Amino acid sequence: MLTGPEIVATLSELGVTHVIWVPDSVTGPWESALDASENLRLIRVCREGEAWPLSAGLYLGGKSPLVMMQTTGLFESGDALRNVLFDLRLPLYSLVGVRNWINSGSKDTARHFAEPILKAWGLDCAWLATPEDRSKLAEHYWRCRRANIPGAALLAEGAP
Amino acid sequence: MTSRSTIPVVDALRVLAEHCAADQVVVTNQGSARIWPKLRRRGLDFHYNPSTMGGAIPLGLGLAIALPQREVIVVSGDGSLLMSLGSLVTVAGAMATNLSIVLLDNGIYEVTGGQRTPAKGTVDYCGLARAAGFPSTSNFAQLEQWQTGAAAALREPGPRFLRLAVGPAPEEYLQFPTPPIAEQLAALHAALEK
Repeated sequence: MLTGPEIVATLSELGVTHVIWVPDSVTGPWESALDASENLRLIRVCREGEAWPLSAGLYLGGKSPLVMMQTTGLFESGDALRNVLFDLRLPLYSLVGVRNWINSGSKDTARHFAEPILKAWGLDCAWLATPEDRSKLAEHYWRCRRANIPGAALLAEGAP
Repeated sequence: MTSRSTIPVVDALRVLAEHCAADQVVVTNQGSARIWPKLRRRGLDFHYNPSTMGGAIPLGLGLAIALPQREVIVVSGDGSLLMSLGSLVTVAGAMATNLSIVLLDNGIYEVTGGQRTPAKGTVDYCGLARAAGFPSTSNFAQLEQWQTGAAAALREPGPRFLRLAVGPAPEEYLQFPTPPIAEQLAALHAALEK
């Protein structure tokens, strides 16, 4: 759906300063563009649970971080998300790759649990699943920033 | 259980507080978040509680990256570090030269009542940090050694890893409440704006 240069251009326009990242099959191809960007700094973490408090530290230090991970990482990092978004009440934004979302016949449990888990966390979400959704990332990001709330863009794996 | 030389944890933190510069950010967590506020109160001391276990080091790393002109110290317990050992690799990979990690190693999960960690007595934390890529590590197990060596250890090339073998916290400190998080966030923001 989005190429590396396109995501870098979009995030740069949004004023994102740091991308905290565990790659997945959807965002992995963006690596070289994210790494080469002069406007963004790519920070690689070993485990998704590190990404939320690391982003919290960047935010408290005056930066505009974005967390980027797959749904499996979202599941894994639930307690860190809970703490940073709800205890500390920090309005952090994330881009989450949703595995197998386009494949409606998939028995992938990561696909099955994606929406119920996101609903349970009460995250304000926007789907990026069709070519018409491309503009939604910027629109949703700004809406969450204006409302000072956390939000997540959900990038459907396999989206055209 | 083998006996070992340890530093009284309150004394260990008192020595660290004496060596912190006025503009340094200090992140405490778990037990240290209850002890440090009884020793010193200022906006740049962030007591990360409630927290996510293992989150203090990444949070401190984020502050260090965002604020390259400041030194950041993270005080972590060994139980918290064990929850996220990979964070040592993340710190070294991010090359945050203005970050110091001070590990309080007491071998137990203190705030839940003192149960043993899986690692008690078997893990070389400084060795782990060196293997992860930390350019400097220091190990202290006696108060006098820590008192005389703290300044030099905190001046080593960063990111730095300091392991202090400490005893359990006195009960009166563990009962001490951490300042409310909203109050702390406002104080940190104001202190960083100065």
